[in-house]
Amino acid sequence: MTLDVARIRKDFPILDRTVRGGRPLIYLDSANTSQKPRQVIDALTEFYERHNANIHRANHELGEEATEAYEGARIKAAQFIGAADETEVIFTKNISEGINLVAYSMGNASAGSSGPDRFRLGPGDEIVVTEMEHHSNIVPWQLLCERTGATLRWFKVTGWDGQTDLSAIGDLITERTKLVALVHQSNVLGTVNPVREIADRAHAVGALVLADAAQSVPHMPVDVAALGVDFLGFTGHKMCGPTGIGVLWGRRELLDEMPPFLGGGEMIETVWMERSTYAPPPHKFEAGTMPIAQAVGLAAAMDYLNEIGRDVIHAHEQQLLGHALTKLADIDGLRILGPMTPEGRGAAISFEVDGVHPHDVGQVLDELGIAVRAGHHCAWPLHRALGVQSSTRASFYLYNTLDEVDALAEGIRQTQRFFQVA
Amino acid sequence: MQLESLYQEIILDHYRHPHHKGLREPHDAEVRHVNPICGDEVTLRVALKDAGAEPAVADISYDALGCSISQASVSVMSDLIIGKPVSEAMETCDEFVALMQSRGEAEPDEDVLGDAVAFAGVSKYPARIKCALLGWMAWKDATAQVMRDGEPS
Repeated sequence: MTLDVARIRKDFPILDRTVRGGRPLIYLDSANTSQKPRQVIDALTEFYERHNANIHRANHELGEEATEAYEGARIKAAQFIGAADETEVIFTKNISEGINLVAYSMGNASAGSSGPDRFRLGPGDEIVVTEMEHHSNIVPWQLLCERTGATLRWFKVTGWDGQTDLSAIGDLITERTKLVALVHQSNVLGTVNPVREIADRAHAVGALVLADAAQSVPHMPVDVAALGVDFLGFTGHKMCGPTGIGVLWGRRELLDEMPPFLGGGEMIETVWMERSTYAPPPHKFEAGTMPIAQAVGLAAAMDYLNEIGRDVIHAHEQQLLGHALTKLADIDGLRILGPMTPEGRGAAISFEVDGVHPHDVGQVLDELGIAVRAGHHCAWPLHRALGVQSSTRASFYLYNTLDEVDALAEGIRQTQRFFQVA
Repeated sequence: MQLESLYQEIILDHYRHPHHKGLREPHDAEVRHVNPICGDEVTLRVALKDAGAEPAVADISYDALGCSISQASVSVMSDLIIGKPVSEAMETCDEFVALMQSRGEAEPDEDVLGDAVAFAGVSKYPARIKCALLGWMAWKDATAQVMRDGEPS
């Protein structure tokens, strides 16, 4: 089945608007945040207009409806990633918060003397990441290492072909490793990492595994059991959903053992002045009033993606990607960071244009109505490893067309002419 | 197209042929400023000299990586500021910051800003204002350090 992109585009009101003095919008920044279909916007409006109430603590009809909608979103999220049980799904405000939740919970386990051993860190223990991580999967672990005396280590990238260099895996993942945290699909290179292989190795030495799936879950079928990980995070706004809502999935037996992250209302079982006991997961990790409407909006986004099918979306993006890689490789003075063929990579393409800084590339493209991202894309160490100060990134989603890919290629040529480098 | 109003010829000239580039001795302070959004960076040195009643800017030298706007801006700034008494240079800097915050509404004073009036178009693009200010803020920081900590060489 192929995707009817003309029909899809009608679902996204923003794609009708013009930018920079009347130019049609060509939105190639979905890896940054995706646009929202009418179905999601309507779900938010309907919730606020018809069902708005706080959840789990309002004993009235609206409260029941709001609770059902919120918990319904949790069930949907569990199914969306093949989780065994919806109590394994914790709502967060984004994936950064999801990763921090695990990091701070481990920090809390390490601070007391009674924390469960597999979450306790101290000098001699190691956390392993990769060089291609987003800052949100580096900095929380640096902070945790600073607090506990543990050591952060990382897989290198192989170079411009953009693979995780597994040659040192035996040296990196050892009995000292407590946690391996890695990105499923790189937000810069597009590379899809061999998560299963690394996870199996980690489990063989007793380490836990967390996958950052912010760039994969929106674009392809993802199954936590098949990936073989212990934690997986993603964020709603990159998958047609609202901002302010994300998901951290964790295996139930781990969530049971882990100390809380944020304290507050709703996450407790009993509170005395001296101490408290906590609710079972997932509520143990959901302190305070949650982003209820946003969870409902995320549910609508998952419905929307399910109806089209993520396999169909993936196939469409692979077609765009193949065309884009060919068109861009054809431009003299342009170098692509990451794999040059669509196999094993997703539809985010970062590139360098000789003699033109990414900010200036982005500026000229913006003037043509083409929205891309310029900079280090929150992956500074990766850019440094490749010897690049920054890059321009075009990223595609279900609503993009082959014509838009052509417009991008022409826009880059126009940029080169403007700066007189071609 | 608005591009020509942003990328004035004088900006592109300075970008292709930057003035005062390269780190030089002597210097009284060195700072490194980074734009964390895009990773643009400048390492900038300033040397002051006694010039009667108050110190003046003897030299500005720098090493920088970044976009055309940030590179041209630090080059134009050096042209404009070197030789000026510090207090006058600070006023020029304030004038440039005000221009950048004007959202394209200000009429820049060419008597004060010289070639830097070419950056007026940048103020219409909020994402680029930091690029234009990178070198200026580095200079201000370095000069303030010298004024606070030590005598000019």
